[in-house]
Amino acid sequence: MKTRFQGLSGLSWLSLALLISWLILPLIPLALWSVSRSWFFPDILPSSYSLRAWSYVFSTTSEVLPALGQTALIALGATCISVIIGVPAGRALGLYQFRGKAVIEILILAPMIVPGIAVALGLHVVFLKLGLAGSAIGVMIVHLIPTLPYMVLVMSGVFSNYNPAAEAQARSLGASPLQAFYYVTLPAILPGLMIGSLFTFLVSWSQYILTLLIGGGRVVTLPLLLFNFASAGRNDITGAISMIYILPGVLLLLVAARYLTGRNGNLEGMHRI
Amino acid sequence: MLSPALLIVCGLFIGGLALGFVGSLGYMPLIGQETFNLDAYRQILLSERFLLSFLLTFHIAFTSTVIASLLALGAALILRQSFLGRSVINFLFQINLTVPHLVGAVGILYLFSQSGVFARLAYEFSLISKPSEFPAMIFDPLAIGIIMQYVWKEIPFIGLILLANMQTIGRDYEAVAQSLGASRWQSFRHVLLPLLMPGLLTSGMIVFAFTFGAYEIPALLGQNYPAALPVLAYQAFTDVDLNARPEALAMAMIIALLSAVMIYGYARFTRRYIRK
Repeated sequence: MKTRFQGLSGLSWLSLALLISWLILPLIPLALWSVSRSWFFPDILPSSYSLRAWSYVFSTTSEVLPALGQTALIALGATCISVIIGVPAGRALGLYQFRGKAVIEILILAPMIVPGIAVALGLHVVFLKLGLAGSAIGVMIVHLIPTLPYMVLVMSGVFSNYNPAAEAQARSLGASPLQAFYYVTLPAILPGLMIGSLFTFLVSWSQYILTLLIGGGRVVTLPLLLFNFASAGRNDITGAISMIYILPGVLLLLVAARYLTGRNGNLEGMHRI
Repeated sequence: MLSPALLIVCGLFIGGLALGFVGSLGYMPLIGQETFNLDAYRQILLSERFLLSFLLTFHIAFTSTVIASLLALGAALILRQSFLGRSVINFLFQINLTVPHLVGAVGILYLFSQSGVFARLAYEFSLISKPSEFPAMIFDPLAIGIIMQYVWKEIPFIGLILLANMQTIGRDYEAVAQSLGASRWQSFRHVLLPLLMPGLLTSGMIVFAFTFGAYEIPALLGQNYPAALPVLAYQAFTDVDLNARPEALAMAMIIALLSAVMIYGYARFTRRYIRK
């Protein structure tokens, strides 16, 4: 590997600085609004600051904390189901060659590209009939449309670098299938599985239209609340909710940025967030 | 091993699309309509509301994809070099990857609305004397705010895919070209760019399909008439008049059809298909 620094030209530095500022810029007014008391035109900075929005957000009477719990619960549920169903599927796709594999790969990929609204409008009637519309369970199930394919894609990447011979050795030494999985397979895939699960959690965490359509306004998650406060012009509370809402993603990025290499399927699904 | 996953993908995804298709043909047993017809498609294709909305949505998706791809290509070309502070810059470059679209949309709203940060700066420098003199970039006919949001969000996405591709390709091909007398521009234009093309096209297709079908960003930053297609579909779907439902589903089918074209393109251009 090359280690020498080539250095950047002045023009490159300038464009890089502009680009990074552009990428950070939209987050700044949100942070400022969350701690402002009054910030009227044409003040460039708030004229007075307060933690009013934050105390509202964390008060027991606001809907923010229940929405936070609801969002997290739905995302956790969707992630767990995706892990249970997605790991075996990822193994099959990552380890084995079989007829029709290309078709299945496209079938797994398609839900990540087709916009949620195109699918959810048709599903709505069935969810209504099954009594799932308007319930958190229904929302969790519909979130599987983007989360499960993402998990399968990530796990098939993990398993394509995995050698199943060790399992056979463990089995020949007397391990049960469960023991072989627990002591041999799981440790090998655990890092990929953890990262994949965290990003799957984020995919569900950031869904808007699927929740709105299937939840029918009765399942209030953070993004729905955020949208309502933003269109009602409550900028301070909108700012505070935004800060809470982006926290898991930013924390995750701090831990896992190096896994987003684009070669393991992690990245291709990122646009769903 | 695959069957549970396939069952869910087929049940939810294919099932949702199939039901949407049947519904778009006017089949609604809930209100006693059990015949099939093409009325919904005929109606929307003849309405000015739909056509304007389609054109607007196409403009939003196309413009955002092209601008984001070009800027991402430029960013990737800079970021692949080694320089001091590269890891910090790389982290900052990725930061909005995990920030949900909606948060970015609100941020753009607070920056570019007529009482937003940039309007205040314009006032400070005496460029405008009241908020309404600031050019409309939110709820505007050209959808500038929406496009800015998408460009903001998609630059890191496309950029990282390109960076990964560049790492795989390595520098050797360009080095050979330059040793044979190619200029830096020539080695980029005739060596690196063609090698990057599959990555650029596939990520562009993902972004195009997404920006064509996303609801919350145009719902927050867009004008009422014409509204973006997903917004129009949602409005028709939640209309009290149940007869508008087949039209909503027909619009959903049109969004699905467009993304199907993108998936076809994706499958054709994905690296593993090309290297065969």
